[in-house]
Order: sequence, then C-alpha cells, then structure tokens
Amino acid sequence: MNLTLHVWRQKNPQSEGRFVTYQAKDIIPDMSFLEMLDVVNQELIMKGEEPIAFEHDCREGICGSCGMVINGYPHGGHRGTTACQLHMRHFKDGDTITIEPWRARAFPVMKDLIVDRSAFDRIIQAGGFISANTGVAQDANAILVPKQNADAAMDAAACIGCGACVAACPNASAMLFTAAKIAHLGLLPQGQPERYTRVVRMVEQMDKEGFGGCTNIGECAAACPKVIPLDVIARMNRDLLVAKIKGV
Amino acid sequence: MTTTDTRPTTTRPSTEYLDPKLNSRIPEGPIERKWERHKFEMKLVSPTNRRRYTIIVVGSGLAGASAAATLGEAGYNVKCYTYHDSPRRAHSIAAQGGINAAKNYRNDGDSVFRLFYDTVKGGDFRAREANVYRLAEVSMAIIDQCVAQGVPFAREYSGYLDNRSFGGAQVARTFYARGQTGQQLLLGAYQALSRQIGLGQVKMYSRTEMLDLVVIDGRARGIVTRDMVTGKIESHFADAVVLATGGYSNVFYLSTNAKACNATAIWRAHRRGAFFGNPCYTQIHPTCIPVSGDHQSKLTLMSESLRNDGRVWVPKTPGDKRAPSSIPEDERDYYLERRYPSYGNLAPRDIASRAAKQVCDEGRGVGPGGLGVYLDFSDAIKRLGKKVIEDRYGNLFEMYERITGENPYETPMRIYPAVHYTMGGLWVDYNLMSTIPGLFVVGEANFSDHGANRLGASALMQGLADGYFILPYTIADYLASTKLPKVDTTHLAFRETEAEAADRIKRLLNTKGTRTVDMFHRELGKIMWDYCGMARNEAGLKHALEMIPELRERFWREVKVPGEGNDINQELEKAGRVADFMELAELMCIDALHRDESCGGHFREEHQTEDGEAERDDENFSYVAAWEFTGLGTKPVLHKEPLIFEYVKPTVRSYK
Ligand SMILES: Cc1cc2nc3c(=O)[nH]c(=O)nc-3n(C[C@H](O)[C@H](O)[C@H](O)COP(=O)(O)OP(=O)(O)OC[C@H]3O[C@@H](n4cnc5c(N)ncnc54)[C@H](O)[C@@H]3O)c2cc1C
Ligand code: SF4
Ligand code: FES
Repeated sequence: MNLTLHVWRQKNPQSEGRFVTYQAKDIIPDMSFLEMLDVVNQELIMKGEEPIAFEHDCREGICGSCGMVINGYPHGGHRGTTACQLHMRHFKDGDTITIEPWRARAFPVMKDLIVDRSAFDRIIQAGGFISANTGVAQDANAILVPKQNADAAMDAAACIGCGACVAACPNASAMLFTAAKIAHLGLLPQGQPERYTRVVRMVEQMDKEGFGGCTNIGECAAACPKVIPLDVIARMNRDLLVAKIKGV
Repeated sequence: MTTTDTRPTTTRPSTEYLDPKLNSRIPEGPIERKWERHKFEMKLVSPTNRRRYTIIVVGSGLAGASAAATLGEAGYNVKCYTYHDSPRRAHSIAAQGGINAAKNYRNDGDSVFRLFYDTVKGGDFRAREANVYRLAEVSMAIIDQCVAQGVPFAREYSGYLDNRSFGGAQVARTFYARGQTGQQLLLGAYQALSRQIGLGQVKMYSRTEMLDLVVIDGRARGIVTRDMVTGKIESHFADAVVLATGGYSNVFYLSTNAKACNATAIWRAHRRGAFFGNPCYTQIHPTCIPVSGDHQSKLTLMSESLRNDGRVWVPKTPGDKRAPSSIPEDERDYYLERRYPSYGNLAPRDIASRAAKQVCDEGRGVGPGGLGVYLDFSDAIKRLGKKVIEDRYGNLFEMYERITGENPYETPMRIYPAVHYTMGGLWVDYNLMSTIPGLFVVGEANFSDHGANRLGASALMQGLADGYFILPYTIADYLASTKLPKVDTTHLAFRETEAEAADRIKRLLNTKGTRTVDMFHRELGKIMWDYCGMARNEAGLKHALEMIPELRERFWREVKVPGEGNDINQELEKAGRVADFMELAELMCIDALHRDESCGGHFREEHQTEDGEAERDDENFSYVAAWEFTGLGTKPVLHKEPLIFEYVKPTVRSYK
C-alpha cells in the first residue's frame, strides 16, 4: 500500500519545526509502524536528505523509547500498544498519517520526533525507590506478600516510562507515571517505611519539572500502552493527604 | 599492551601448559570454599578511603546498574555511562522469562551444587568450574536483594514466591514477574542507581557513547566518549573502568536484541589489549517469531517459559500444507518429546534450535518459506483451562497476536530459532578483570560462566551476581593492591585517543558513498547467519573469511552517512557500530574455524553423531580460546586457558 505522511521535522530545540510531507511506498501489512518509517528513511538517505529522527530500541513494547503522536493519538491509539508494536495492517492504502513528537513543556523537542524525557528520571531520583543497600536483605520468603497485592503492584510496575500519559493529557501532567511508581512500591510491605516521604518528594519534583496539574480527565490512562489503571492516581492523592496530615 | 601484574596471588598454576598472559586467578581450595576464602584474602578499601577512588561504569543494564549502585552505596565516586536517554532503557529490560536461583523453595531437590552442575553441563563443559560455582552460590542473595528493593515477583496465594521451570533443568528454580522479569529486575537496579544519583554518589552520563578505552602504563585509566546530542568528543579518567555493555548478537543484523545493542565498547577494548574469549559461542534461541519479509528489522523472542505448557510439533509428512487443526494427532511429530523423552519440550536451547532446523531442512517446516514449527497450547488449555494459560502467558500471547495477527489461543504459534545471546565476550579472570589491568567486564559483555551454551534465566542471574555481589569485592582488591599514579584527561593518551575517535567520525561522514549503513549491516548479517550461524563448516567459514574483509573494505569506501557530526545523528551512531561489527565478525569466524569440534551453540557439521547430536572433542578443545588483537587484517594470537573439571566430569551431554 501507499501512504502519505505528514511528519514533524525540527533540527534542534532552538529551531522552529514544521510538518513535511513524504510518500511511503510499497508498504506491506506485516510491517511494523517503525519498519514503515525505516523504509521512508532509507529512501531519504539515498536521496541525500537527513532521515527522520525517532527513538526506538527494543521494538517490542518494553523499553519505552519509542513514542510519537500518530494521527493525534500517542502511540497511535490502539489499546495496550506502543508505536513499535503497531502494525501496518491497521492502515489502508491511500491513508494520510500525521506523525509528531510528544508535546509538553517538561519534554522539550530535541530533534524531529525525539523529546527529552529526563524529567522522569529526576522524579524517580527524588524518591521512586526503596532504600535497600546491597547486602541488607533477609531471606526473600521472610516477607510474605498477598498475591492480590503482588499482582496489583505488578500492574502498576509495568509502566515503561514512555511519556504517552503526559502527551495525552491536556495539562501535560505526569500524574499517571508518578502515581504508578508510588502504587507499585506502596502496595508492598517493603515500601511502607518510606511511603509518605516518597510521595511528598516525588510530587515536589514532578511540580518542579513543569508538568501540569491533574484535573481528572483520564486521557492518560486511555493512552497508556501498559494500561496503568487510573486508580493509582487516587491512591497517590490519598497518600499525599495522609502525608500532609502527618506533617511529612 | 598488557603489563604483567606481579602482586602475589593465592592462585595455583592450574596446569602445566599455563599461558603466561592468562592467569585465571582461581583461588585454592575446595570449590565450595573458594569464594568465601577469596573474599577473606582480598584486600579491602576502608570506607573513608573509598571516595578517593573514581570508577567508570559503562552500561546501565542489569550488570552496570547493579554495579554502579552498589559501588555508589559503598562510597566510591562513580561515573556511569549509557547511550540511552535513561538508564532504564537498557536491553535487559526486554528479558521476559525469569531468573534462576538455587533457593529450593519447591523442595524438589535443588541446591547450589545442582545449579552449578546444570550450568556446567548446560554449557557443554566449556565454562570455568570455579566461576560457575560462585554464580550458583550467590544466586540466592540476588533474589533476597531484589525482593527487598520491591521487585514484584510472582507469588502464590499463600504469599510465598512462585517458581517455574526453564530449559535444561529438572527442578523449578526460576523466579519471574509475569513475562517482564527483566523489566522488573532492571527497574529495581535502576531505582537503586537513581537513589545514588540523587545522593550525588553516582554521576550519570546519559546519551553518551563510549568510543574507546584509554590505557596508560598498561592500565585502564579512562574512556573517550561522544555526547550524542552535541557531538562533542570527551575524555573521562578513572582509577578503574568497568564495561557492562551487553552482548553482540546484532552482528547478525537480525537478532532478538534491541536495535542499538552493539560491540563497540568491548571491541575497542579488545583492540587496546583485552583478549576476546570464545567469540564464536552464540546462542540461537528456539522460540522466536519467524521472519515475515525483507523489511524485518529485528526478531521477537517468545519466552522459553512457553515451553512449560506448549508442545512443539511439525507434520510427519514433508510438504503437508493443511491447517494445523486439520492435521490429526497421529500425523504430527512432537519431535522434542520423541527425541528427548526425559526433558521433552524443555530440552536446552541449542538442542531445541537445531532440532527445529533439522525438521525444516527435511521440508517439514510450517508457514511462509517452511521456516517455522508449531508451539501448540491446545492440550494445556484443555487440561488447565484458558484462564490459567492467560494468567501465565497472557502478555506473551498478546504480543504474538499483535505481530502476526493470529490468535494463539485458537491456532498454534509458529516459531523459529533466532540469534539471541552471545556467550563469548572479553576474557576475564576469577576477579572479572580482563587482560588489561584495571579493566573489569561484567554481564553479557564478558565470556565467563555459560560455556558454549547458556541456560535460560541464567543471564539475569549472572548480570546481577557480577554487579551486586562479585565486582564490588574484586574491584576493591584491585584498587587496594595497586599503586596508581595520578592522571587526568590532559595526559597524552587521552589526547591521542580522542583524536583517533574524531578522525573515524570524520571519515564516516566524509565518505559520502552510495549505500546506507543498514544495507551493509544486512549484508554482514546474512554472511554471518549463513556461515557462522546455527550450523558451521570449514568451507563455509573459510568463505566467510574471504567475504568479510572485502565487505569491510567496501563499507569504508561506499558508506553513505548523512548529516553532520555536531548534533543528534542516528545514522552516524549506527555507522560506527557497524564498522566495529565488521571487525568482530571476522574474529568470530576465525574462532569458529579453529574450534574443530561441536559444543553447545557451536555446531560444526563435521562433528556430529549419526542422529545429529553435537560431538565434543575434550581431548583437543577443552579450553577457553582467548584471542589477542595484533592489528586489523593480521592473524590474532590464540591463547588457551585450559579447563579443568574436578567436580563435574565431562560426559556426553544427554537430555534423552
Ligand atoms: C528478548 C530477550 C529476552 C531475554 N530473556 C531472558 C530471561 O528471561 N532470562 C535471562 O536470564 N536472560 C534473558 N535474556 C538475556 C539477558 O536479558 C541479557 O543477557 C542481559 O540482560 C544483559 O545484561 P547486561 O547488563 O550485560 O547488558 P545490557 O542490558 O544489554 O546493557 C548494556 C548497557 O550498556 C550500554 N552501552 C553499551 N555500549 C555502550 C557504549 N559504547 N557506550 C555507552 N553505553 C553503552 C547500554 O546503553 C546499556 O545501558 C534475554 C535477552 C533477550 C534479547
Ligand atoms: S504510565 Fe503509561 S503512558 Fe505513562 S509513562 Fe508509564 S507506560 Fe507510558
Ligand atoms: S521501541 Fe521499545 S517500547 Fe517501542
């Protein structure tokens, strides 16, 4: 099939970007979306032009590198699917596809579709961990975790740090990402001692990075390729409230 | 390049034909006491002195992140580098199946000795016994540590940890977090690392690629990097350098590794004097999604854990084109169960891969091009119900459906082997130090522990064993027992190495040829898969050894790298990596040609039994091949580290 692409091109953070139109020719349904971009890029290089810069690595939906807004939807808008897992069988001959980077103040565009997501790392550095130095641990089975808690913790821990939640949110809020980590650690007995300092520090950092506030729209969870449930945010807000009451 | 380290060791010269350049430093004493004793005998750096030492860790995967975090916690001044935008994206994140540990929580007869035994045997008697024993020994502490960090391992209803079994083992010792074990373990290490970054103990350099190693007076003293955003070439000095840069499967172009995985760090270190151990040992994983066309950019693994419940089969008759559901039971060949009744579908990877190739070679393969076999869950679904299967493998089934458009609950998966892991890597001694003093190598980047074939769920174990529990001790011993003159990046060696790196980049950009980097990479991959892949023979390898230098020469003449050097330039990044793969590929073929036996993942067609099993030659090849670089295009020098088996007597590796 043949497609028309409108792709955001931007040389660097300082320069202004714009949409450029390309034709993607002889695309087959078994290709992934990124393989389709590979085809376009190979052609651009052969023509002496710079290929479209986009981030990717695992190409199987787990590293969180890839991320682009496809026809207005982060990752393309298929439930539980990252851009690299999207296959061309979902498109048809003659389609026009618009591709642009995440748009958020806290994620400045670096080049074309690549944005700077290091703000996420700094949120984790602020408190997204359990302080357990190597060597301190007791036998693993000395800590019992009810299966439903372990499962719920795992649901939240599945976050790949892609940033689609931020891109989808009209306020560019990072609540889902931050709350997912807080839920993961807060649901486990090991995470209890630092539970309230963690939430305070992470939320503080989140605000410092320039992410917007949450107004309960829910676009984040709808766009999340790992289907992180929205209720992690309610949990985080409860923890934050308790922390305030406790004066943490 | 290397200097001989003269400090006294407790190591016995393990054999009469010891190579003076290869001291494996295996401690004396019975195997179960070696590590304990060695830990006691090694020198320590006192807590107050640690901040005076700077350690560079290149890589933030399981091995690198765990090492950097632990060294930071100990109080060293750590600098950690990754070409990713965040340490959390390292390729370790993609590991699905699980991590082994000899916990014996199942009371099914597991023990440190059994894990040790299984790993030595699984590696086809080509690994160093002492290292493997230590790995099994520290395996339990890894699980403890990860649970303390909050890794959400799968649990039973009782709240205790759950286990599953993996290939090459008859006990259930694999811990897992759904189909995302690597992700959860890496996030655990990443969070520990993040904590140290936040505390200022570790300085993190993201989007920074190591281009070369700097060796001063025979010791590793730093690295030269490229800032991938500004293109700046920079120098960084240290008292010791740790490479945790992962494996080199991408030399085949198509592999299950993430796209950016590459060999540059270890290859550059090899060129500077670090010997390369067993480069030809590569693992072909039996359960991957088959190639769907020329556009294929990478291959996707379906976790080995699927073989716990899936049954592998092909039609008995060649060319049988019927849909799987209309092939009756008695016309199916469950060839793994037939050939290896005691291990069945859980036969080790090398064996399962070769068996798949054999049935496809016989014309019994399924799917496009006949390059596939079925992995069928219908019996398991009948026995356990769809819900249980969904709980166990739900995300893997989804992944399969997304890629192929087929629903594995209804129709069997189609799978085919693909390159997955490299057992080879830089040679290291018992202390994980390479032949360049001060250069340590951990994780998949080193050659140790897995011999000629790695067992499933053992790479995660090794990466974390190295990073959390081994390197932090052995690197202290090096620092405490070595007098290191003060150097900084004004040293001439840094200037020279920088200039060389800058020059290479200029050459790549200025060639302005006619073919893209990917075209060359695909071509290289095809040569490697055809001649140095699942089956190898003398004629093919010799042919490859003619083709690779020729391809390399064409690469440097005809490659087309667009753009400039002073900003984000992904083609330039790729070009540098492919240039190094072109050199490494040659060494892999040289090693494969010299190893005139079949062992583990290295299958020489000349050496097989009548029914197609690998035939080892212990008399002539019971050694680690450690290659010394002598210049591009000149023959590398082979050094041999003899392998002595005192505890597991080499036998024909039977899984029948
Ligand atoms: C799909 C898949 C599934 C797997 N499943 C399992 C499993 O279930 N169980 C198991 O035990 N093993 C599994 N493995 C194997 C295992 O995941 C890897 O062997 C292991 O994670 C490697 O870890 P590492 O830390 O050595 O390297 P990696 O995780 O590859 O990390 C390498 C790091 O080095 C950095 N780096 C590399 N070169 C440079 C450079 N030049 N400059 C700067 N930084 C650099 C990278 O950025 C990265 O941070 C699997 C592998 C694959 C491909
Ligand atoms: S919460 Fe979902 S969308 Fe947000 S970063 Fe995590 S995986 Fe991506
Ligand atoms: S490339 Fe890794 S999640 Fe898409």
